[in-house]
Amino acid sequence: MNNQIKFTDVLSGRQWQYHRKSDLGAFEYTYKAEVTAIHKLTDLENLFRIQILDPDERKSFSFQPGQFLMLELPGIGEAPFSISSSPTRHGDLELCIRKAGSLTDYLFKLERGTRVGIRGPFGTGFPMEQMHGENILLIAGGLGLAPLRAPIAYVQENRNLFENVDIIYGTKNPSQLLFTYQYDMWRADDVNLHIIVESADPSWKGPVGMITKSLEEIFINRQPDYFQRTYAIVCGPPVMFKFVCNMLNECDIPMQKMFVSLERRMHCGMAKCCRCNIGSTYICLKGPVFDYWSVMNLKEAI
Amino acid sequence: MLFRIMKHDDLRSLYSLIAADNRIVGPVQKGTDKDGNAIYAFDQVSSFDDIRLNYTTTKIPAKRFFMPFREDLASFHMQGSDWEKKVDFNIHRPIVFFGLHACDINALNKLDKVMLGSHYPMPYYAAKRKNMFIVGIDCSPQPYCFCRSMGADTALHGFDLFLTNLGEHYFVEILSDTAYNFIRQITSKEPDEDDHALYMKAAAEKNRKFTTHVDTTDLTKILDMEFQSEVWKKWGQQCLSCGTCANVCPTCYCYGVEESVSLDLSRASKTKQLYSCNLIDFAEVAGGHNFRPEGHSRLKYRYYHKHRGFVEAYEESLCVGCGRCGESCLAGITVPEVIASVRGQES
Repeated sequence: MNNQIKFTDVLSGRQWQYHRKSDLGAFEYTYKAEVTAIHKLTDLENLFRIQILDPDERKSFSFQPGQFLMLELPGIGEAPFSISSSPTRHGDLELCIRKAGSLTDYLFKLERGTRVGIRGPFGTGFPMEQMHGENILLIAGGLGLAPLRAPIAYVQENRNLFENVDIIYGTKNPSQLLFTYQYDMWRADDVNLHIIVESADPSWKGPVGMITKSLEEIFINRQPDYFQRTYAIVCGPPVMFKFVCNMLNECDIPMQKMFVSLERRMHCGMAKCCRCNIGSTYICLKGPVFDYWSVMNLKEAI
Repeated sequence: MLFRIMKHDDLRSLYSLIAADNRIVGPVQKGTDKDGNAIYAFDQVSSFDDIRLNYTTTKIPAKRFFMPFREDLASFHMQGSDWEKKVDFNIHRPIVFFGLHACDINALNKLDKVMLGSHYPMPYYAAKRKNMFIVGIDCSPQPYCFCRSMGADTALHGFDLFLTNLGEHYFVEILSDTAYNFIRQITSKEPDEDDHALYMKAAAEKNRKFTTHVDTTDLTKILDMEFQSEVWKKWGQQCLSCGTCANVCPTCYCYGVEESVSLDLSRASKTKQLYSCNLIDFAEVAGGHNFRPEGHSRLKYRYYHKHRGFVEAYEESLCVGCGRCGESCLAGITVPEVIASVRGQES
């Protein structure tokens, strides 16, 4: 009698093709993509245009504003980046990246035409549909404008579906302002843009101070019923969340109508490596976008 | 579940039958410690006589066979500016685990929840888990064992065969048809009332031997309440942040991924290495911000993940109470002591 225990191939044949969350084949599936253009935004940040090579894959790659992807440089490493482009552009992606570590150091040496890998999209997005018919406050501090640019694009493309739209953007100094070339476009689409810097340079003519100062000035002129119909998306350093969200809450915007995007270290994006874990909440799976109420209930989240 | 009774001598026949065509991993003695106690480890075995079924516990769990400390996730072949990615799940033959204790089987069941759930099941783990044949064996509680408090002292599923020593016989639980086919080929008999009584007596005796207990009543709430408690700082000062506890834990699965290139730049590999949430850079992000810079915040996170967060997600703790972490801890930190102190039950 043959007593050899049968070997089970967990991913035989066709199963390799499926890339849904529940399929084993999704785990290490990498879209091959090419860097099509690199824009220098500031001394530290570049915008990378990355296109998924296969036309069918490019078309079927769909994501929600706020979701992230894992960018893989074979032999160098892999890291999570939030998608900075419009969801209607599918696999023609834009990533706004700061030179901040060994992977990004290498990334900044690349030339256009380099072939990179993309896994994803991962995580939760901003629930844009839920916000239809309401006012929106899009609040960004520093590099927080990178994840915010996808919902901004969504709002621009569906401007008729929203009431008042405000972008409030603060940086340390004017030289750190990102996407300066887009400000006129945003204004043209009837988006109120408020920019504030913490410390001005001689060329700066705009307001100076913390982002909360900008908010105070905006809110003073808004009627109480404005806040009843307002959603907020807040992206930036964790310390900013507390100040901004508490201020919004004092204006009676419920915590469930404020959304933030959390940043954590990630090595997989698929709720396995635990690096992004807070308690047992995987930021890569249940986040990075959370409503503020959920963030308040996560120990050590901000 | 099917039950059979098998003579002690027939276990050797069962082993020979399975070992003839399969690769076997079991508990073997690796040496003795300074007090003369045997040190055991799971290793590949070639003879039934090498297996120590009466082993106390192993220093390191069987994890390395289904979740290796280092494992290649993918390899890349570079061709000019282009590359090809190849994925290998690193298993090509089933493995038979001969002699796992209930705690280690329960550890696998807990890992299954994370690794084989509906969100991104992990094929590297799945391939190995689906190609396991597990023979469980009963154990004698050691002073550091608190599996009973964690509800992990008996295994209800996740194995093929489970043996309980009844003196001259083994009480055999059969959980898979593969296992049934093996048992069919050796001499065994249907258990009678006397055997049932012997089994229950053995179970009751085992229960009496537990000396370490952990009170898990309302533990998730208590951990939430005591999040800012000073006791964490006390344990944090003691903790060396070395990560040994994760290394010897049968349920710790966190990891880091690194890539490397060959010297001629023609190949690259993507390697997963098990990590520990106690290591200083575990939650450090690009730019240098560390979400848990202090030792106590990392130690606390470990307890919150195992005893609070996982319970919230799966209604059970991510700790099986095997006591290995406490036994291996260079600073002498044990789970029962930490939890008792958080509950204010310090002696």
